[in-house]
Amino acid sequence: MRQHSLFGTFIGTAALTLLPTLALAAGDVGQTQQQATNWHAILMFVAFVGLTLGITYWAAKHTRTASDFYAAGGGITGFQNGLAIAGDYMSAASFLGISALVYGSGFDGLIYSVGWLVGWPIILFLVAERLRNLGKYTFADVASYRLQQTPVRTFAATGSLVVVIFYLIGQMVGAGQLIKLLFGLDYLYAVIIVGILMIIYVTFGGMKATTWVQIIKACLLLAGATFIALAVLVKFNFSFEALFAKAVEVHPKHGAIMGPGTLVANPVEAISLAMALMFGTAGLPHILMRFFTVPDAKAARKSVFYATSFIGYFYILTFIIGFGAIVLVGGHPEYLDAAGKALRGGNNMAAVHLAHAVGGDLFLGFISAVAFATILAVVSGLTLAGASAISHDLYANVFFRGRTNEQHEVLVSKAASLGLGVIAVILGIIFEKQNVAYMVGLTFAIAASTNFPVLVMSMFWRGLTTRGAVTGGFIGLAAAVILTVLGPTVWVDVLKYPEAVFPLKYPAIFSMPLAFVATWFFSVIDKSPQAKREQEAFEAQLIRSETGLGAEGASAH
Amino acid sequence: MSNELSAQRIRSNPKYAELVAKRSGFAWALSALVLVIYYGFILIIAFAPKFLATPISQGSVTTIGFPLGVGVILSAIALTGVYVYRANGEFDDLTKDLIEGEK
Repeated sequence: MRQHSLFGTFIGTAALTLLPTLALAAGDVGQTQQQATNWHAILMFVAFVGLTLGITYWAAKHTRTASDFYAAGGGITGFQNGLAIAGDYMSAASFLGISALVYGSGFDGLIYSVGWLVGWPIILFLVAERLRNLGKYTFADVASYRLQQTPVRTFAATGSLVVVIFYLIGQMVGAGQLIKLLFGLDYLYAVIIVGILMIIYVTFGGMKATTWVQIIKACLLLAGATFIALAVLVKFNFSFEALFAKAVEVHPKHGAIMGPGTLVANPVEAISLAMALMFGTAGLPHILMRFFTVPDAKAARKSVFYATSFIGYFYILTFIIGFGAIVLVGGHPEYLDAAGKALRGGNNMAAVHLAHAVGGDLFLGFISAVAFATILAVVSGLTLAGASAISHDLYANVFFRGRTNEQHEVLVSKAASLGLGVIAVILGIIFEKQNVAYMVGLTFAIAASTNFPVLVMSMFWRGLTTRGAVTGGFIGLAAAVILTVLGPTVWVDVLKYPEAVFPLKYPAIFSMPLAFVATWFFSVIDKSPQAKREQEAFEAQLIRSETGLGAEGASAH
Repeated sequence: MSNELSAQRIRSNPKYAELVAKRSGFAWALSALVLVIYYGFILIIAFAPKFLATPISQGSVTTIGFPLGVGVILSAIALTGVYVYRANGEFDDLTKDLIEGEK
């Protein structure tokens, strides 16, 4: 009875992607209807803002040096950092998007959760401790460790900023649409509120405030999701069999929700998406930056273990929530649109409606406030990562070649945060009516094809040279952007051409190997004396990366 | 710089070779395991979706896909735990030995 036809079309066309759903902005939240003002939600959100502003005030008093600003003085513990990383990763998009996908097609939602999680072990085994041992504030520190500062940092800052801006657009548009729906606030106000708050957190509180905002939000989100999942399981006496049986009975697709559906019909596409999800995570600047907030490699490793555990647990919860929504929300007229077919507000509202179904108005307000807080925390982390790329990489190390002082650098970083905040608001307004579904996918594809190859090769391959890193990295960036534009998500869905030039939605299967090969090729043919010196410097870098000897703020010396 | 000097010495220290060999071997082996598990899962989805839709026992609604998918998530958590346990214990002790020995 419910939303077969609409959802059928959605799954048909959006086939392989949760990403559109995840972008939140998009496809199915799309142009949302403004709802009646939700006072419970607004009051709880105001409480959250009050608390986080208090923390920002405290953080501002304790933020004096560049290290405080970029890396919270290296004083975050492994456990705290694990929560903060999990917070960065558990965006509103993954909470609402994955539960929406499970609500719509059952098992397929699990495929995405899995893809999103498996990047973390790889980050731990190959990247985390080396990053901590070699870097100071940004991943460009590591990429440029033994290479020429100016070109490599310019490249790395470009890679970071491109990722940050695309990610921000998706988040801002998603925020506006979601807030309109949950709080009954105007889109414009919503985007401006998000912009102002994130500027305050980042400029005054730096990494300390950003980290604590992220930790608080992660705890609230985990608590809220746990409550919903428990409430669902209680109704079925903790029997998954009973929950599944009821879901199969009431879902329009019946038994089909218990196995893989249309989501991953094409193996090449599936693997390409898997690559972007897995390796893109290891190229996201706001995530990589978190490894500099802990005192040493030991804590860096622990933070990945905690983050992986929290994120994995959270994905299992969203899965239960999706199935709970099938049973407790789907088919209940109070949660459906006027026609009684689709969910009110689109499938992304599945978790929110379920919150109401199990916890009433008050809990709905809580979950709405948490969703808003989630967006706010994620955009703050992104803004700080973008501002660091501008101030630490471009300003201090490219334009002034290290001959500036910390105060100036931090000041530039604050100005950059302000600038990025304003840009994010403007882009949020410009893109209000656009379909930005492709942005999250594009972001991961770029991160996997630009930052990730250069970072990995700088840490593991002796032969890497400046020329190779910069040329290869830019080729990867160009390939990811061009192939996405020529692919079905932009060429057909946004630009409305009848047929895509490039057949795949996710370009990573081509763009990422291309970046690796290009980086290798341009390094190998580089026979300059400079290249030789860079290759000779590898040994010392390797020793530092393996032992932590000489690492920033390391206890071993 | 004393760092340069000790770097020279560390390179020729057999403990350094041992540390790097043990830790990288372990890290790459675990990475390979994660890749096999994950791409194995994706390939089953792509080429044998029917298998995942098989009920776990006669008459049950729950299919093989669910424990398998959740298993991939839990294995990711378990493998990170295993790595952190060994790296923060055994490997860090080795590193400490190595650095103390060079002082």
